[in-house]
Amino acid sequence: MATIELRKVEKKFGTAYAVEPMDLTINHGEFVVLLGPSGCGKTTTLRMISGLETVSGGHIYLDGRDVTWLHPSDRDTAFVFQLFALYPHLTVRQNIAFPLQAQHESPETITKRVAETVELLKIGDLLNQRPGNLSGGDRQRVALARALVRHPAAFLMDEPLGALDADFRETMRAEIKRLHIEQNATTVYVTHDQIEAMAMADKIVVMSNAVVQHIGSPAEVYHNPSNLFVAAFIGSPGMNLMAGHFANQTVHFSDENSFKPPKEWNSALQVGLPSEGEVIVGFRPEVARLSDKGALVGDVYAVDIHGSYSVLHVKLAGSKDELGIVHLRADRRTSHPIGAKVSFDLDPEMVRFFNPQTEAAIRRENA
Amino acid sequence: MSNVTLHNITKEFRDITALSSVSFEVKDGEFFVLLGPTGAGKTTTLRIIAGLEKQDDGTVSFDGEDISALPPADRDVAFVFQQYSLYPTMSVYDNLAFPLRSPLRKIPEPDIKKRVETTAETLRISHLLARKTAKLSGGEMQRVAIGRAIVRTPRVYLMDEPLSNLDAKLREALRVELQHLQKTQRSTTVFVTHDQIEALTMADRIGVLRQGQIVQVGSPEDIYDRPASTFVAEMVGTPRINLVEARREDGAIYIKDSQVRMSIPNSGNLPSSFLLGVRPEDLQPSSKGEYAGEIALTEPLGVETIVHIRSGNQRFLSLIPGMTHFKIGDAVKFNIAPDRLHFFQSNSGNRIQ
Repeated sequence: MATIELRKVEKKFGTAYAVEPMDLTINHGEFVVLLGPSGCGKTTTLRMISGLETVSGGHIYLDGRDVTWLHPSDRDTAFVFQLFALYPHLTVRQNIAFPLQAQHESPETITKRVAETVELLKIGDLLNQRPGNLSGGDRQRVALARALVRHPAAFLMDEPLGALDADFRETMRAEIKRLHIEQNATTVYVTHDQIEAMAMADKIVVMSNAVVQHIGSPAEVYHNPSNLFVAAFIGSPGMNLMAGHFANQTVHFSDENSFKPPKEWNSALQVGLPSEGEVIVGFRPEVARLSDKGALVGDVYAVDIHGSYSVLHVKLAGSKDELGIVHLRADRRTSHPIGAKVSFDLDPEMVRFFNPQTEAAIRRENA
Repeated sequence: MSNVTLHNITKEFRDITALSSVSFEVKDGEFFVLLGPTGAGKTTTLRIIAGLEKQDDGTVSFDGEDISALPPADRDVAFVFQQYSLYPTMSVYDNLAFPLRSPLRKIPEPDIKKRVETTAETLRISHLLARKTAKLSGGEMQRVAIGRAIVRTPRVYLMDEPLSNLDAKLREALRVELQHLQKTQRSTTVFVTHDQIEALTMADRIGVLRQGQIVQVGSPEDIYDRPASTFVAEMVGTPRINLVEARREDGAIYIKDSQVRMSIPNSGNLPSSFLLGVRPEDLQPSSKGEYAGEIALTEPLGVETIVHIRSGNQRFLSLIPGMTHFKIGDAVKFNIAPDRLHFFQSNSGNRIQ
């Protein structure tokens, strides 16, 4: 298995950047997810790693070897596409054996490796079928088997679950993660689905508009997003973001609502915010605690039941537009009619601050 | 607004039965969601209510009056489609005004202007009124399409997966908007979706369709807490419910292929073998847990973590709050909430009371 390094890798189409110069280290055995909305440059990045797309600048190293200009077939990576890309006229067994035959492996090796792979993916009963007769999930299992059978140095996967039903996606998500761990494989995985990224990744690379926004573990991008884009993109619903004004060690949102940051934040906020003190305060829905005497007040705008819990959408008192609506996780057993007044407190340790001009998170020293 | 009653609706396409004896009632002011997989008959049901499709048997009534014979235009319903179906060369304003300008209605232009402006404000599209719809983003187009439905006050709103073409963030935002709008206007709405989250989050009541038949009607809480069958139990809730074979012996329940043995009061009502359902949030790791297992996988989602626990040859999903320190291979003890169990017949999959 392999270490992959991207150094100042970039891609331009004409004068427009599809990927602005980026650095990324993918360690041996790591599961790295490139995450972002469509058009953010994540698939282009993956295709540059595979060699399906040339770079406009920078270098790509595989285990220290510069592979920037090597043909895809010489890079020892296996690509799994969103659309299964199986040969329809070949059986499942022939499809899986194909990459080994192309490498001129001996028939004994082929039989042995196909058998191992089939065992791993539990598709033994499909071997003599043709792809056209298989369900979406089974086709993707066969496509994975075809990638696995070669024992490549790294797996590159482009939204492999994108074409599956929600149900199957959940199952296959766990299966791919299990395979990755069992194989101790290096995997680079592209998705637009933040839940998939969180559930699978050791490291998430959040991209938007051709620029890397944040590289971090799921816990880091969730709890300490680098900027407003990452804060809103990760989580369902995303982080609540409230525009306010910082003065006298207090953030004022409106006449009715204000929040006093823990004092450890004061110096960072003074340094990090624009001179007028504009600030965006962020908190996750589960960080709020409903309470009769909560410091923040608003009206119930809508309530969702999500099975075991509910989400309360609250319009903050004094807010003018939809930015004034925050989402709070609540106990399902308490009912909250639309229009009812509610108040809540925030766990001060879990509140984050952003500079509205640069959109970047304010970081505290020694934190 | 009206209440809507479907009574024994049957529809066949050639020799395929699309709907068989579908009956349900949507109360005045209710948000009713028809939930089911592709091909279950959801859209056909909606089109029959609209009059776009004619049933072979059964009746559709609005406020107790059989309207089965009425053409679509006389039913006074507003339909929102999955595809936005706006007039691309017209401005947003003219798209919204269109349903009001019907020669049948003879609404004076100043009144039209007022209604269009109010609607645009409700949906936060006032700033788009002068634009051509072809220049809008997907989310904006769907807001306009919804606006065109709510600009007049029909007896019933019919919505066919209106959010499914939008990306996840927009869908979330519009879901909240639609819900707020429906609840504050108390409009009778029939909303079709295959997305269980949409159904749970928006509905007052849900009707679950499977292969042309209604298999359960109930509030989101009913559907989630008391699913009528394994089909419904697996359809709602994410991650999916744990569904395992179990048997009853000597007043206890044994889960197949695992070390789980539960003593349950009144288990005497259960057959000797059955399917046991446990929602992932009702199975929790605990240092004092009764059952032993091993961590097979963890999937952190931020707000919570899905933990896969292997016990014997069985694998259970557990949903725990926050992030976890569990590592694959760790020994773990866990509990199953005894008052949150679901029992189903092995053969039919139907709920055992």
